[in-house]
Parts: sequence; C-alpha cells; structure tokens
Amino acid sequence: MAELIDALAVALKAGLGFQAIFLALLAIGINLQFGYTGLLNFGQIAFAMLGGYGIAISVSQWGLNFWVGVAVGILAAVVLALLLGLPTLRLRADYLAIATIAAAEGLRLLFRSVSATPVTNATRGLAGFNNEFVALAPWDTARRYSLLGTRWSGAELWVTAVGWVLVALACLLIWLLVRSPWGRVVKSIREDEDAVRALGKNVYVYKMQALVLGGILGALGGMIYALGTGSAIPDQYQNANTFLAYAALILGGAARVLGPVVGAMLMYFIIQFADTGLRTLITNGVIPEGLLSATDVAQIRFVLIGLGLILLLVFRPQGIFGDRREVMLDAR
Amino acid sequence: MSRGRMLLRLLLLSVLGGVALTLAPGVAHAQPEESAASEQVSGTLQTTLSGPIEGVEVVVTTPDGTEIDTVETDEDGRWVVPLPGPGQYTVTIDEEALPEGVVLNGADSRTVTVDAGRNQGVIIGLSDGSRNSGGGTVRWVQLFVDGLRFGLLIAMAAVGLSLIFGTTGLTNFAHGELVTIGAIAAWFINVEGGVPLIPAAVIAMVIGAGVGALNELGIWRPLRRRGTGLIAALVISIGLSLLLRYLYQIIFGGRSEAYVDYRGQRAVDYGPFTLTDKDLASLVIALAVLLLVAVMLQRTKIGKAMRAVADNRDLAASSGINVNRVILVVWMMGGALAALGGVLLGLSDEVQWDMGFRLLLLMFAGVTLGGLGTAYGALVGSIVVGVFVQMSTLVIPNDVKYVGGLLLLIVILIVRPQGILGSRVRVG
Repeated sequence: MAELIDALAVALKAGLGFQAIFLALLAIGINLQFGYTGLLNFGQIAFAMLGGYGIAISVSQWGLNFWVGVAVGILAAVVLALLLGLPTLRLRADYLAIATIAAAEGLRLLFRSVSATPVTNATRGLAGFNNEFVALAPWDTARRYSLLGTRWSGAELWVTAVGWVLVALACLLIWLLVRSPWGRVVKSIREDEDAVRALGKNVYVYKMQALVLGGILGALGGMIYALGTGSAIPDQYQNANTFLAYAALILGGAARVLGPVVGAMLMYFIIQFADTGLRTLITNGVIPEGLLSATDVAQIRFVLIGLGLILLLVFRPQGIFGDRREVMLDAR
Repeated sequence: MSRGRMLLRLLLLSVLGGVALTLAPGVAHAQPEESAASEQVSGTLQTTLSGPIEGVEVVVTTPDGTEIDTVETDEDGRWVVPLPGPGQYTVTIDEEALPEGVVLNGADSRTVTVDAGRNQGVIIGLSDGSRNSGGGTVRWVQLFVDGLRFGLLIAMAAVGLSLIFGTTGLTNFAHGELVTIGAIAAWFINVEGGVPLIPAAVIAMVIGAGVGALNELGIWRPLRRRGTGLIAALVISIGLSLLLRYLYQIIFGGRSEAYVDYRGQRAVDYGPFTLTDKDLASLVIALAVLLLVAVMLQRTKIGKAMRAVADNRDLAASSGINVNRVILVVWMMGGALAALGGVLLGLSDEVQWDMGFRLLLLMFAGVTLGGLGTAYGALVGSIVVGVFVQMSTLVIPNDVKYVGGLLLLIVILIVRPQGILGSRVRVG
C-alpha cells in the first residue's frame, strides 16, 4: 500500500513537472496546426530541439546572454517552419507529414554527428547554460521544498512555475486566436480548403502562420525541457516524442483549448504511474523476471502509447473534451 | 597468393570485445543485491594494420544521456567502464582520436543492454582505411556499387509501401516494422532454431506476408468499412509503428546481432570495386525479385488489377475487379518483399530492433522521388536514393549520410513534388 502511494506521488510529480509542461507546449503547438488548421506536423520535436539548443549553444558555446539564447531559439524555429512550409503547404497533407518527420530525424542526426562537435558537442551534448535563468528565481534555489507529499528542488520549482505560466499564456493566446476572424478562417481551412479559397482567402499564408506559431510553441517547450534537465543532448529529442505529444493531444481532445494541457498532464501521470508500478511489481516478484525485466519497463511506455493512440483514434477520436464532428479529418 | 594477402588486408577488421563471461553467473544469481556494482562494459579497439589503438576516449552514457564515465583505451587498446547497475547503456568513441587511416565502419556509438552481473563486450566496427588508400579500388565506383545494393534493398521494401498507398490511400508509417519483422524472424529461426539462413529467409517472407495480411484483415479493412479518415488512419499507423517497434526491442533487445551463416566473409576484388559474396548475392537476389515483381505487374492478371486499382479505384471496381482481394494481395506481397529486404539488410548491417524505422524515411524519400502511388516510381526513386546516400559520403562525413538522403527528399518536394513518374493530379 505504501508503495502504491509512493508510485502515486511520483506520478503526480511527473504530471505537474517540467516534462509534462514540455509535452503540453508541444501539444498546444500541434493543436493549433493539427486540431484547428488540419496540418500534419510530424516533426514538432525538431522545433523543440532548436529551442533547447538555441539557448544551449548561445550560452555555453558562444557565451551570449540567456535572453539572446531564447531569441535565437525562437528565430531558428521560425526559419525551420518557413523552410518546411514553403515547399509542402501547397501539397496534400501527407507531404508535409513526410517532410517534417524527415527534417526532425535529419536534424537530430546532424546535431549528434562528429562533424557538428564544435557547435553541438555531438552525442555528449551541452550543459551548464541555465545558471542565469535559475538565478532569476525569487526564492532560494539551493533548498529543497516539499509540496503535496513530493520533494522539489528550488531550481526545479522555478522552471516548473515559469513553465506553467507559459502554458497558461499559450492557452490564452490560442483561446483569443480561435475566437477571432483568423481562427474562423483557419478552422474553415481544416473543413474545406477549396471553399475558403473560393471566398478569396489566401489559404497558403494562413497555413504558414499556423505552422510558424505552432513551431514557436514547440520551441518554447524545448527550452523548458532543456532548462529543466540542465542539459541538451540530441538523443533526448527522439521522434517518438512528437507522437507522445500527438497521443496527449488526442487523449485530451483536439481542437479544444485545454485539451492538450489536460492530455499532457494525464499522459505523464499515467506513464510514470505505469513505470513505477511495473518496476515495483517486478522487484516484488509479482511479475516474474522471465516475462518482463526491469530494463524492459522503459520500452513498455512506448508500447502503451502506441496502443493508446490506436485505440483512441478507433474508438474515441475526440478524446476527453473534443467534438467528434470537429476531428473527422480527411487527407486533402 | 600475394593478391590474397592484399585482400585480407582490405578486410574490415574490427574486433573486439571481451564478452567476458568470466564473472561467475552463479555468484550473480546468489546475491543479486551485492552484485549490483559488478556490471561493466568493455571492449578493445584494434585493426590489423594499426594494431591496438591507445588513448581513444570512450564515453558511456545512459540512453537518456546521463554520463556514467569517460575512459581512454590502454596500450592494448582495451577499455573497461564499471556500471551502476543493469540496464541500457550507450557507448560512444571519439572518432577524432583514431589514428591516421583508421575510420569507423558505421556509427561512432552503440547501445547495449547489460544484464545483472554481466561484463558486456561492446563492438565498435573499425576499418583499416586500406580500402581507400590502395588496393586498386576506385572510390566512387565502390560507393556506386554499395549504393546500388542499398538502393535495391530500399526498393524492395518501398514497392509495397507505394502500392499500399496507391490502392488504399494509406501512408503506412508502420511499413518499416514489416522490414524489421523479417530480419528478426529470420534471426530467431537461424540463430535460435539452427535453420540455415536461406530457408530461414523464406520462412521470414511467409511470416512477412502473414503479418501483411493480418494488418489488412485485422486493422485496415475494418477501418475502411467504418469510414475512418485518411489522416486518422495515418496516425493509427504511427501508433502501430510505435507499438511494434518497442515490442521488438523488448523481445529482441537493444543490441545488434548477426546471423550465424556467412559471417566474416572476405571481399572479392572485381577491379575497380570489391564486394563480399553475401553482398553480391543480396544484390543479385534483390535485382531478380524486383524484376519478377515488374513482370508480375506487367503481365499477370493480378498485377494488372493492382495497377488498375492504384490508378483509379472506382473505375477498377466498376469494371469487375474485386478491389478488396487486390488490396489483400498487395499487403501480402508488400509484407513478403519488406521481410526479404529486412533479411538482406540484416545480412549486411546486422539485425537491430529499429532498423526498419531508420529505413522508413529513406523509403519515403524513394517513393516520393519516384512518384507516390506508382510501383515503378518506387523502384527507380529508391535506387536513386540509395546511390545518392552512399555516394554523398564522397563529400560529407559518413555519419551524416542519411541526412543527405532526407535533404534530397525535401528538395524533391520543392522541385518536382509529383516525382519522376508520378502525375500531377495526385499532389494537389
């Protein structure tokens, strides 16, 4: 029983911690692109990587100010969105999907390659770039604090607090946007692109705006993640994370302002609970070692995400809050 | 005989590792708690020309990037890193520190799974470099032949991907997992079952066809009947890909393994290029199989029906073709071809749990280049991508060669999104 409560506390911390914020910001960006505009961005993790590395490279390698790093990260995300969007947004939806997933994998391989060592420090990554950020905290970051039965370091708490403020601002922005004329155009593009074009709207420009804005949100997510872990390593930005964010978005409900946030929190809670729970069951011998070993648990989470994604889309594509009619998308 | 000795030198040598089972497993079992600190990874860096390589930095990290330790190889080229416990670890060596003439065979890092109490040997392939500096091979010809072989393997997997897209409209992100299942099934039959590789490959193809049929009958046909949108189907295929990929990792483990047969073959000199017998065989097999597929598409009734359905599904249905049956055959054929591609890829590059996923993006590049939905386009495009990726190492480092292929994909989308053989109506 005590172990169960421990597992719950660990899971609760994960559901509120910076990993959940990272996932939430990624999913909010995808929500704008996929949920509202109908764009398939399968390379959201690349935007996060550019955000994280924007700070890491600027501060650790170039010795620049932290805020310059933030600007570099956002700028890099905007450039990537433009580069990907220019050729593919005129084409059918799956071309954007293929181009973005290829770009994400390509960028990761590039960042971890030996020839990129002078800039990205290859597979070993960069560290020690968040001191300036941590120093901004209004409380003592060296102390440990206890919240809701979980232990947090001061620095962790600061990243988390800033992160949730960012999430709240992002939600507010999305809420204002989708209620505006811009939001109505974008939603009409999702429903029928040709009809919008017939009304004289420049569909291409609207799609591009959605892609850029979603990419910036992804970059912010990557920054929070990099600041939370205190390091930037290419292999942290695996493609599977993009689909983790998709799963979170669909779980919460696409095309809903709070859908991705609730989805991300729930997702991390479930993953961490399953993780800790399974490990406990294995060490206690409830699950025999031959069936599943402790090292397999890290993989189980992706199996569960894959299964969850399939089941959700087949049986409840609208997730918890969504509207079924809004998420019946078809490729164009 | 001197030629033979020269060839011997041309061989890539690497080697390594002290799979030291010297640590008594019995002890580990008796006291799992105490033995927690006894896990380690180790290996040796050496090649025949250079001998043991001293002073190369070896970094051991966990998969999420936390560094365990950094050591340098000793005068015998050996290195050992004690680990905090069992689990997965990534070993990376510093390529810059390798002596003149010695280059990496593949990636500069390898991920291994270390069991409790084990000293896990880690093999990082090194090449003498003698292939480039002498021996009569012309580098671009060598790369062209390697690229052709690689491109044919991509093509085998990509034909199914393209035909499935053409007949059902589904962009199947789980197609790479069909490649992996072929390689892994053949590995289990070959290594655990003791069956020679050729019959094992045939069984793997049957399994691949079965998995393809299962895909269609179990998931995609019911979903089509429910009227699931194409984007939803695409995301479902991603879910399936994640599910299968990590299931493979649990079953097969994070390591890479070779088949029992045809190990350590020497490259045969063909003048401007060298090729091992197994690579030559896989080149010939791939070429023969793809020719058969082309003849089948061109001449047989079912082949014509496939092209008809891919071209215009409604017209095909109204002219009396049983569309669902054609799609089922496409899935089975795609599965079998992908499985064979996986076996051949496993033969040259070893079997890994995510080999199919890494190939998937190059398949997409090939299929897009050739024209999404066309069978011949996938063939041509994949071969071009394979050759391009290999030959790009003339100007870019080996470890970023895939990036070149992915960049090519994005350039194609800008210049000619319908591909070489595709028609413009498909992309709008």
